[in-house]
Parts: sequence; structure tokens; C-alpha cells
Amino acid sequence: MALTFTTPNSHSRILSVGAYRPSRIIPNSEIVDRIDSSDEWIRERSGIESRRFAGPDESVISMALAASKQAISRSGLSVSDIDAVIVATITYPFQTPSAATELIMKLGNPKAAAFDISAACAGFCYGVGMAADLIRSGTATNVLVVGVEKLSDFTDPDDRGTAFIFADGAGAVVIGKSESAGIGPMIWGSDAESRDAILMTPSWIDLKAPGSVGWPDISMQGQTVFRWAVYQMAPVALKALDVAGLTPETLAAFIPHQANMRIIDAMAKSMKLPESVAIARDVRVSGNTSAASVPIAMDALLAERPDLHGKSALIIGFGAGLVYAAQAIELPQAPK
Amino acid sequence: MALTHDAVLAGIKEIVEEVAGIPAASIEMGKNFTDDLDVDSLSMVEVVVAAEERFGVKIPDEQVTELKTVGDAVNFIVSQAK
Repeated sequence: MALTFTTPNSHSRILSVGAYRPSRIIPNSEIVDRIDSSDEWIRERSGIESRRFAGPDESVISMALAASKQAISRSGLSVSDIDAVIVATITYPFQTPSAATELIMKLGNPKAAAFDISAACAGFCYGVGMAADLIRSGTATNVLVVGVEKLSDFTDPDDRGTAFIFADGAGAVVIGKSESAGIGPMIWGSDAESRDAILMTPSWIDLKAPGSVGWPDISMQGQTVFRWAVYQMAPVALKALDVAGLTPETLAAFIPHQANMRIIDAMAKSMKLPESVAIARDVRVSGNTSAASVPIAMDALLAERPDLHGKSALIIGFGAGLVYAAQAIELPQAPK
Repeated sequence: MALTHDAVLAGIKEIVEEVAGIPAASIEMGKNFTDDLDVDSLSMVEVVVAAEERFGVKIPDEQVTELKTVGDAVNFIVSQAK
């Protein structure tokens, strides 16, 4: 006998966004000595003026919890309305159980479906795409998607390629059903031939061996990543717009992964975005928070430009793997 | 038709001026991109990609760090275009 069921929701949308920025503001002056650099050098190469580092009382989970509570509150839903939780992170310091299950315990919703995804700086956009499909298929009703990182735990403060870039923070969105199209098809994929361009070394196994080789840190081949991000990701972003029926001229906001201001500017130029498009440039004060950067930048942009609530945006994440994902979205309505 | 050194140098001058805002007149074969022209590592990537498109050559990432001077870039592009 054939299966009989219906797919109840034609569409889904982002109902709300929340963010948590750690309390410690770290200006470039606190970074420069160990990498023989200067404030001017960092600003020229990254656009970063300051970033946030978590303090001793701020963990991956405490930051995720704060961002999640804000997003749920702004959605008008209760914690118990959330039936699935997806956490995108590469810095939760336990192999298992997942960050998502610790988060739902702390949220007071321990029966929700919960899991983590490892897609580095693309993780949040992967999560948004998965949540949208879970809702459209009827598998889930309301999904919490969190991007959270404490990269300061896995960054070598003496590495000139990363010490001034990586930072900490959390962002979250609640995604639910919608009468109209709110999340476009996800354009995603990998360029795993360039897997070595961003790496954590050594492995946990190496760390266990006698004569330890030192703590794992994330290293990056800056030129390779810059070239890939600017010249390979701009076409991905344009394709995500196209499949959602948008063009650069009809787009309201562009919220790319906050990797580096130079990448953001070069992508916008390559995509020929008109001046009417608001571009998120939160990297200036938040640094690169990997999976957390898109929702944190979305929160910051909506705070700065409340008129963008309910307008179209393009989000794109790209990073270690190398992996990427992009989709056009309708930004959440202003919280009531 | 093979590219000449003069033609590639003229193209590189235009690209570096466009990408990094360096006046074309100050760009010579012996100039070091980093020390003399203040073209940083990320701008160098933009120069390389623009040169690839313009001259129809491939300049791999591992080669980019070897291109210290304008002359290095011109010679490499001419050698690849043959």
C-alpha cells in the first residue's frame, strides 16, 4: 500500500533574529604586539577595528543560550513551540553529546529534536536551508537555528594570518511556516580540492600521543581563501538571487559571512550591487565569528536600519572545507 | 600570437592602477609590488585574477608568492602565453 501523507507548508520564513556579543571588546592595540603588526595594518587588510572575545564566564553554550532566548522572545513564540534545534559550530569543546542537546536542556525544552552541523563559516546558512526544508515537509513546525563560535579557544595569538581576524559570538533565528515565500532555494556545495586552505592542526589523536605536539589551532592560507571567496562565491550569490526571482537591483540587503571587509567589498563589486543595497559590514566591530557572523550581522543591520524589517536579503556563508551555502530570504518583521 | 613584454607591462600598469590606485607612470619592471608599490597580499590576488582574464593565462596560488616584482609577473605571463 502506498504511503499517504501531505506536505502541509508551501513556505517558511525567518520569524526573528537574536544575537549575543561577548563582553570583552578587544581593540587592535591588544592584538598587535604578538604578531608584530599595527592598528593601521590590520584595518587595511581586514577592515577590523575591534572584536569581541568571550570572558571566563562566557562559553559556547552561554552565548548560544542568550542569542536563542532573544530570538525566541522576538518571535512571539514560547520555548515549548520550538520542536527542532540546529546548532552550527566548530568550537564546541566536546565531540559528543552535541552542543544542541546542551542548549535545549538550558532552554528548558529537552524533548526537541537537536543536532549540530559542522560546516564552519557556512554552517548558519546550511542550517537555514535545512530548517526551511524541515518545515515545508512537515517534519518540524518551528526550528531554532543557532550559529555560535568561541574561536579564541582555537586561534594562535602569534599567527599573523588569523590572530587579528577570528573572534567570538552567537546569533540565532527562529524559522516557522509562512503564507508567502520567505526563504529561497539554497545554493550550496563544496570545493574540497582546497580543503587544506583552512585547517585545524594537530588532530585530537595527535594531542593524545606522548610528547604532545601542542594545542590545535585553526590556520588559513589567506590569499587562497580570498581568491576563492571573491571570485567563486560572487557567482554563487548571484545564482541564489536568481533562483528566488530577485536581481541585484531588486535586492534590499546583502548579508555575507563577515570574513574580512576586503572580501565583502570585492564581492559586492564583483556582483555589481547597486548603491541601493544595504551591505552588512559588522566585521568592523565583531571580527570574523565564523558560523555566528551572518545572524550577528543581520541583527546589527536591522538595529541600524529598522526599515529593512520584512525586506529581501541575500545571505551567504563560506569557509573551511571549503564549503558554501547561500539563499535569498525575507528579513524578519519588526518584533511586536 | 605571442604576447610581447611591452604589451604585458602596459596591461599590468593599467591593472595595478585600477586595483591599487598606483599611478601607471611609477610602475616599472624592477619595482617590487610590496616594498615599492605598496600592493598588499590581497590586492596582489586581485591583480593576478585581472591579469589572468586579460591575458588568458593561469597563475596558480603557489606562483603568486613568487611574483615579487613587476618584471617577475610580466616574464611569467609571457612564458605562459607562448
